[in-house]
Amino acid sequence: MKPDTSVKIGRLKLKNPVMVASGTFGEEYRELADIRSLGAVVAKTITLKARSGNRPPRLVETPSGMLNSIGLENKGLDFFVKETLPALTRFKAPVIASISGDSEDEFAALARALQKRKGLSALELNLSCPNVKHGSSEGLIAQDAEATGKIVSEVRRATQLPLIAKLSPNVTDITRIAVAAQDAGADAITLINTLFGMSVDIETRRPRLGNVHGGLSGPAIKPVALKIVWDAHKKVKIPIIGAGGIMGHKDAIEFILCGASAVQVGTANFVDPRSAVGAIEGIKEYLVKNKIKSVSQLVGRLET
Amino acid sequence: MKQVKAKIVSNEQVAPRYYKMRLADRYLADNLKPGQFIEVRCSDGSDPLLRRPFGPHRIFSAKGVFEMLYEVVGRATTALSNKKAGEELDIIGPLGNGFTMAKHAIIVGGGIGIAPLLALAEKMGGGKKSALQVVIGARTKEAILCEKDFKRLGAKVIVMTDDGSYGKKGFTTDALKTLLQTPNSQLLTIYACGPRQMMQAVAELSKEYHVKCQLLLEEYMACGVGVCLGCPVKVRKDLVDHEYKMVCKDGPVFDAERIVW
Repeated sequence: MKPDTSVKIGRLKLKNPVMVASGTFGEEYRELADIRSLGAVVAKTITLKARSGNRPPRLVETPSGMLNSIGLENKGLDFFVKETLPALTRFKAPVIASISGDSEDEFAALARALQKRKGLSALELNLSCPNVKHGSSEGLIAQDAEATGKIVSEVRRATQLPLIAKLSPNVTDITRIAVAAQDAGADAITLINTLFGMSVDIETRRPRLGNVHGGLSGPAIKPVALKIVWDAHKKVKIPIIGAGGIMGHKDAIEFILCGASAVQVGTANFVDPRSAVGAIEGIKEYLVKNKIKSVSQLVGRLET
Repeated sequence: MKQVKAKIVSNEQVAPRYYKMRLADRYLADNLKPGQFIEVRCSDGSDPLLRRPFGPHRIFSAKGVFEMLYEVVGRATTALSNKKAGEELDIIGPLGNGFTMAKHAIIVGGGIGIAPLLALAEKMGGGKKSALQVVIGARTKEAILCEKDFKRLGAKVIVMTDDGSYGKKGFTTDALKTLLQTPNSQLLTIYACGPRQMMQAVAELSKEYHVKCQLLLEEYMACGVGVCLGCPVKVRKDLVDHEYKMVCKDGPVFDAERIVW
């Protein structure tokens, strides 16, 4: 029996449910990982204009995890369209652009500019980068249900591409934000972006990150991410893309059982660039071993 | 660039906190250049999680082996020091850009920073061995590394310790300054690796004496290939503006004059 690994994320059909997460993968890995076999590649978040990012140090390892404060360094829309996108699409795996901005207008302008780009399969809205402030507010867009809804609906008007809203775990009630994204027209939500975190050097009495705080990722956050996916799964109808500390197929299947229709592998790419490809193989073997015809039959099938 | 399983030939303690590991892998031994680096997975579990970057210490292409000289400073290097001959290490490399070779060189290494500079000196080797000048510095006698290796190459070696327990008392830059005060020193190229403060002082000396200078930088890294943008160094873009370059992809070797300290 050859198991069916294909999944549907709204109108987006993927040959398997394993994507690589934004900011953790690029064509630089072409010699190390079989990009072709990935469910999708979510590109590094872009903004309209280039951003130089945060001061170093930008990374620090923590127990079973890492903190980053990259600060959305990117070369802007034009470079993405001219260089990054063609370099990624030649591997024939679906490419999802990740966009961010300071205002609804900026998100909409990016969405319009990317509307008819060859090889682009969907847009992920990064509403939850912990390393940038949005507008005049101190918090994240994805901490505010109203702001989340506004941006998703603005982008919805600007493009026909499938829309995925990437949300933050740094909230009191994920379901409010998730429902706001759904009601505003998102085709799917990605849960979760990184958790706020800090690390301190007691000898220098300074923060280990130049930006003082950053976002925590890696195996350390998986239990938090699973709970958030599970909570959202019970409230929203649109597909959930699970992310947070997925190192291999076992983690991916945990997310699928908790309600994720697909998953993103992020930090694990740094540990082993073949992690995502390995997860795909592992999911296939799991399906065969358990005589399950299709991976979609597993979604949300946690026995409680 | 490949991901390989390299076999550990030996892994021996050479000083109280320092280990030397010899690894066998034909591809890496053939392709690694001095100044480049490899990303090593130091444990199979999730703690330590990320790979760690190391510059090759010696490269023996003909034998298909290379060496790393490393200091045990944390969880990852402790795990590495417990590895035994015969085990395999998951390595990605070669990564980054190596040194540009010059004829007349001064090598300056602070602490464990001297380790990757031996590979450079051995590559330079050749008939002009005696022209090579090397300054090795560390806090104390126990941390002075590679003195014999450089002397074996015929280099003129100056040893500096912060506490005066071996060689001369003082910093590597004290010795470097003296070397730069000799006639025709502007024909030299400085190659340096060490603590940030030392490299900044070396960069300033190279500017003062109009000497070319290549620095091998170190930074925390995740991917090692330019994907994560986690290892920036601020460099001059033009006369006015600065920009971030990545130590992993754009470096780890940089011309000292480009760096904004």
